[in-house]
Amino acid sequence: MKPVILWSDALIFLLVAALVLFFWRLRRDPQARERWRQVFASRLGMAAFTVIVAYVGVALLDSLHFRRALPPPEGVTTDEVFYDNQVTSVLDTLTAGMGERFERTYSAPFALRSFEKQTLKDEAGNTVRDFPPLRHAGASLDDPEDKWADVARRSAVALAWGLALAALLILPQWWLLRRSALPWGSSWWVQGVLACTAVWLVSISRHYHVLGTDLGGTDVLYQSLKGIRTGVLIGALSTLVMLPIAVTLGVSAGYFKGWVDDVVQYLYTTLSSIPGILLIAAAVLLFQVYIDLNPDAFPTGLEKADAKFIALCFILGVTSWSTLCRLIRAETLKISQLGYVQAAHAFGVSHGRILARHILPNTVHIILITFVLDFSALVLAEAVLSYIGVGVDPSMGSWGNMINGARSELSREPAIWWTLSGAFLFMFLLVLPANLFADLVRDAFDPRTRLGPEAA
Amino acid sequence: MFAYIVRRLLYAIPILIGVNLLTFVLFFVVNSPDDMAVSQLGAKYVTPEAIENWKAKNGYDKPLFYNDAAGGLDAVTETIFFAKSVRLFAFDFGRSESGRDISTDVRRRMGPSLAVALPTFIVGIGVNICVALMVVMFHATRLDRAAVIVFVALMSISYLFYIIGGQYLVAKTWRLVPISGFHADGQVWKFLLLPVLVGVVAGIGAGARWYRTLFLEEANQDYVRTARAKGCSELAVLFRHILPNALIPILTGVVVLVPMLFMGSLLIESFFGIPGLGSYMLDAINSQDFAIVRSMVFIGSILYIVGLILTDISYTWADPRVRLS
Amino acid sequence: MNQQADTLTLEGLSVELAETAQALVKDVAIHLRAGEIFALVGESGSGKSITSLAAMRLLPDALRVGSGRALMGDTDLFALPEARMQTVRGRRMAMIFQNPMSALNPVQTVFRQVAETLRLHTALRGAALRDRVASLLEEVGIPDPRQRMGFYPHQLSGGQQQRIMIAMALACEPEVLIADEPTTALDVTIQKQVLELIRELARSRRLAVLLITHDMGVVRQTADRVGVMYRGRIIEEASVASFFDAPKEDYSQRLIDALPGQDAFLPPVQAAPLLEVRDVKVHFPVRGGLLRRVQDVTRAVDGVSLTLARGETFALVGESGSGKSTLGRAILGLEAASAGEIHFDGTRIDGLDRAARQAFRRRIQVIFQNPYSSMNPRMAIGAIIAEGMLSLGVEASQDRREARVRALLERVRLPADCARRYPHELSGGQLQRVAIARALAVDPELIICDEPTSALDVSIRADVLALLAELQREDGVAMLFITHDLSIVPGLAHRVGVMRHGLLVETGEAERVLTAPEHPYTRELLAAVPRVNR
Repeated sequence: MKPVILWSDALIFLLVAALVLFFWRLRRDPQARERWRQVFASRLGMAAFTVIVAYVGVALLDSLHFRRALPPPEGVTTDEVFYDNQVTSVLDTLTAGMGERFERTYSAPFALRSFEKQTLKDEAGNTVRDFPPLRHAGASLDDPEDKWADVARRSAVALAWGLALAALLILPQWWLLRRSALPWGSSWWVQGVLACTAVWLVSISRHYHVLGTDLGGTDVLYQSLKGIRTGVLIGALSTLVMLPIAVTLGVSAGYFKGWVDDVVQYLYTTLSSIPGILLIAAAVLLFQVYIDLNPDAFPTGLEKADAKFIALCFILGVTSWSTLCRLIRAETLKISQLGYVQAAHAFGVSHGRILARHILPNTVHIILITFVLDFSALVLAEAVLSYIGVGVDPSMGSWGNMINGARSELSREPAIWWTLSGAFLFMFLLVLPANLFADLVRDAFDPRTRLGPEAA
Repeated sequence: MFAYIVRRLLYAIPILIGVNLLTFVLFFVVNSPDDMAVSQLGAKYVTPEAIENWKAKNGYDKPLFYNDAAGGLDAVTETIFFAKSVRLFAFDFGRSESGRDISTDVRRRMGPSLAVALPTFIVGIGVNICVALMVVMFHATRLDRAAVIVFVALMSISYLFYIIGGQYLVAKTWRLVPISGFHADGQVWKFLLLPVLVGVVAGIGAGARWYRTLFLEEANQDYVRTARAKGCSELAVLFRHILPNALIPILTGVVVLVPMLFMGSLLIESFFGIPGLGSYMLDAINSQDFAIVRSMVFIGSILYIVGLILTDISYTWADPRVRLS
Repeated sequence: MNQQADTLTLEGLSVELAETAQALVKDVAIHLRAGEIFALVGESGSGKSITSLAAMRLLPDALRVGSGRALMGDTDLFALPEARMQTVRGRRMAMIFQNPMSALNPVQTVFRQVAETLRLHTALRGAALRDRVASLLEEVGIPDPRQRMGFYPHQLSGGQQQRIMIAMALACEPEVLIADEPTTALDVTIQKQVLELIRELARSRRLAVLLITHDMGVVRQTADRVGVMYRGRIIEEASVASFFDAPKEDYSQRLIDALPGQDAFLPPVQAAPLLEVRDVKVHFPVRGGLLRRVQDVTRAVDGVSLTLARGETFALVGESGSGKSTLGRAILGLEAASAGEIHFDGTRIDGLDRAARQAFRRRIQVIFQNPYSSMNPRMAIGAIIAEGMLSLGVEASQDRREARVRALLERVRLPADCARRYPHELSGGQLQRVAIARALAVDPELIICDEPTSALDVSIRADVLALLAELQREDGVAMLFITHDLSIVPGLAHRVGVMRHGLLVETGEAERVLTAPEHPYTRELLAAVPRVNR
């Protein structure tokens, strides 16, 4: 086994480490701690956070890439180890080969036969046109009539295993956190449901295609799972690119005022006056041209897709900083007028120190709120961009690509609904908790929504 | 007021130059005039002379930004950037790479874009305000909390889902309207109904939630308490005091979008086959036609700046406290 | 007059938090009589505003009436259905609020707002309505009422806004008027006029007035009877005359004593001048026209000269917008002077660059008005006090800085463990002590105190003033004390300067200015100061 580290892999782990560190440091601030307690004191917040963590977990598992060691070719005895050309991730291993069970083309969820007729030879050797049986689905069945009984039996077994896994997951937490005042119970419920669902999906999909297969015969469930990494990464990475630009420019415009302010305002007015989608499209197309002109820089298709993906994140980040910048500039202008900044001036505290100790820490709530809000917006934007053809590389699994590939198939008779459903469902299940969580974070951190001092 | 508008219009010039510069840099950083000539001429006919001829014919035989050879002001004016930008400022968009006149195309496609975008915009605002008002009436009850979660759920659904779902349900299953298409005859409303419906429904989540926040923000103001102390009923408080005040941020928030309606909606137009500017842009992106992209960027920027100015003017109109200077 | 029936009676009123049923107002009884002003006095958080809102049934969602009755004649207001209550509000019982700017609807004209009350409760319409509104405005002293009717609230001054509020409240000739801190947001001279108006109306219209205030001076000047509220209860009730002569409760005595004495003046200081301000102007440009050129200037400070000796306290008195704070900021170097010179200890300090200024930062310090916004909420108190030492290099080592922070906290009488706490855990009075400690940390020779007590409750205000006076006596720090409140000047300042419209209209020794003012404006200010012992 040989680990393969793509750029995006490194970035996502760096990002998660940075976030963990950030929150760890934030713990020292009693006010921030109080606000976070408020977020997690709601059962909804706890549940939403658990789902988000689960998604991030899947994304992380899917970012541990490696190449399998192959058995040495027949007849050759050498110490050299050969590696598979195919790059695999830990997620692929955990899903027990879900992505390797290809069919010929479309098939409906839990179907045993293909969606399209094909010329077949029957037992008598006659040529007939019929729906061919699938290669993998229901292979263990003797009689197709037994299908649902078989599914039910396997589900029961899977559920038992799922409950066992859930117990394994929850019991230690319960032991550690039973005295906590926070509503961990709702998190455990979600964890339990997620664990059972995961075990059920993995075990059932060994014998059936739970969400059917797509045009190329790939399992739709597997594709939806692969889309998680893309979605999470695009949301997080783009925001990460955008943050330093927006914060630096916004804070300096609001603090130094004068010509700095003029320049920053000019920059963001100019940028936001360009229709966003055109700017993104132009930038992405240009990067495509760059890749085409420099094919040597990206030897494998995977690396090429990865580079395009990171470029997309950068472009999304660079084109979307103006809103946050405007907010931070306004907040900095406000803070600069407050007594404590004035007092710091009166004490001759240096600009750098005022920015670092007085201004930045007091804009963190805006950054935080924007981070969670933009995350879900970017996940949704990815689908639209991929549909337009300026999104992630078609070779990379993403919900946008799935939708793009299947959008016209609803008009067929019978309609092929499962590819779209898979993509939309997985996207919705990420974006909804993210939005709910963002709402709670905003309620807790935005001073405007908090009640003022008691009116007495 | 007049001085203010003139100043804002003058201020737009550096912004438009900046926009042009940006698109220009994006364009030429990887795609030099030589590359363009090669791709236009086709690999078969590429000779150094042919490239030079093509560049001379299409106006690409000058330096990009700065002309060392020319002195004085000509150093700036005798460049590709200046030549191409000046024409944009005169609203001369030239020809697309497929040879069509961009100005004609834009004029022709503005109508259909507007035909979809304007009703969507107006109906959308009306529906969102009504929904938000209903929710605010039940503020701090279980209904309000449930409504907020529904709004968030509606927001979390991809726009593509609304379009595809709408087409599947209304056009394919129920067969109420055609799936897509556009004919400028008497039956136009048939083609507009579904796209407008989809646009309105897709906007309810985010819109109603935002308006609800604005209403509640106003509901916490002191003057609302004064109104109650006068003996106003809750409905009178809501409609006579909260609504007019909340309409100020609503109005000024949406005015910036009004000029952008001309640009149409990329997704709606492409899914419903409406020959507007949105699908024009999409086609340009797909066929990598930079002449169109650049023109559309320019038009978009102008409309955005007009929107900003309209926003400021609408403030003075809606809010007696604001005076422009 | 005590024999007549009550107009409004509150009995056994208690108000509690809706969620936890924790009582904020307990067993309050108030009797309001026609033609009489009853003052409910107490500090912030004592429950006096909640009591008044409860009487109107206008409590915020988080609060509810726990028990009690509000009797108006034979009707219990608390038992009325909401629709009936709406006919009581504005008709029989009206209310005015603390901040008229925010209490008036910003997008409606004065006419519409005053007329709304009439439309709700009377059949007046059309020309009759206009006449009625005009006569109401005239009655509350709005000049040129026909024209002002078309104005929006922001086009009127604060005093006029409050008059509009009063007109609105009185439109339907209610029997009860509840005034919740009606003058707190107003300048002293305006405050006097508004209070006189309320008093006059109470007499002429036989109104029963419930006046909520924290200001003993207002009580003395305006009220007939007074109730002292403390932690949700009325602890003492008496007629104003007997109350000020012999309060029964210690707390009431403390509230009365909190008003500084008006007869003990400080002797003048004979010392070398420390600060000299020579004809200083601070002008803010007003830009306009096509190219946003400077078309005019706002003359915030328009030629002020004053000198301040070592160890002297100079009180700079003026109403809001007089330019007194701007002058303080100019001396601190936070605002550039457009003209004139500022000398400190013989060196000219205006127009210095950042580095040269640094030497004087240590010697001139500042205490701001709002203690909540003058502390970074994300820094511990210890770090806040040490910040100046760190940046001005007063104590180099960490240990010595910490030791000094401890000593300073002790000096301003705060417990030593404050150093580890955060601003939101401290009260306003405590925070202002921290601000004093922060200023003292760098051993300044001059402290500019910009309204340091105006955001504080009266009893706390007295403590902080006493602390400042003590520091001044013991350390010999010079102070430029910026305030709108002439009443705190005796016992604190050696000399006084009165500012108006950016100009110093009168300066002199405190005793002379306060006992024999020369300028008419000074006399006006003095007359407006609410006094307890008149």
